[in-house]
Amino acid sequence: MNHVKFDETLVIRNVEGENSSDILKHMAANLYQKGFVKESYAEAVIAREKKFATGLPTKGCGVAIPHTDIEHVNQSAISVGVLKEPVDFGIMGEETEKTPVKLIFMLAMHDSHSQLKMLQSLMGVFQDEEILLYLANEESEVKIKEEVSKRLNLNNVKGGE
Amino acid sequence: MSEVRKGKKTILVACGTGIATSTVVSDAIEKMAKENNIQVEIVQCKVTEVPAYESRASLLVTTTIVSKEYPFPIINARAFLTGIGLDKLKEQILEELKK
Repeated sequence: MNHVKFDETLVIRNVEGENSSDILKHMAANLYQKGFVKESYAEAVIAREKKFATGLPTKGCGVAIPHTDIEHVNQSAISVGVLKEPVDFGIMGEETEKTPVKLIFMLAMHDSHSQLKMLQSLMGVFQDEEILLYLANEESEVKIKEEVSKRLNLNNVKGGE
Repeated sequence: MSEVRKGKKTILVACGTGIATSTVVSDAIEKMAKENNIQVEIVQCKVTEVPAYESRASLLVTTTIVSKEYPFPIINARAFLTGIGLDKLKEQILEELKK
């Protein structure tokens, strides 16, 4: 099974940028530095966002799930960005409508169909206003990592639930 | 594509990359079909690949913009991701599956 990498170094708080492309560039650079994605990923994810927007007007605060084709990825990983100030992202499936986004879940997917459970759990997070607000306001990267890992079942939590 | 299954509907589930949101939506529709004893073939693809299935599909469920016209209905599946308006969306899809 292809494990999805995620740790506190993939949680970035106070991300700043003028627009969605700035934000994506910043987050993609971090994934590239850690070797999870290829150099081409940043450009590809920005181009893809322009063509197929990934902003979602969820309750509590808006989220976006930028991602791109698997050939730009070395190792499946997820990066969480908390923006200093919300930035407008296009709404998924809409031609021009935008939504202010506060939380970014950048997906680096290395294979097509194996991450169903993780993706379903992620959509579960999007439907939970309380968790979204917690992630948007929590100041510790480690705590954000722990909460997201737990919700997405990314690590084997010792001691169980 | 040599075998034509009569009576079994082909449902296309498309997103921009064919890997993330369409994975979640495909699974949700598969479950809905099973629960309602409806036989369907679900094809998960990129929205740019939809034309290849134009002749055999009877419904397109998608999370992205579709700029082309197709001879089958197109349903926006964003509610599967946000949970907002989910009941209405499920009803809409089920109605199409039952046709």
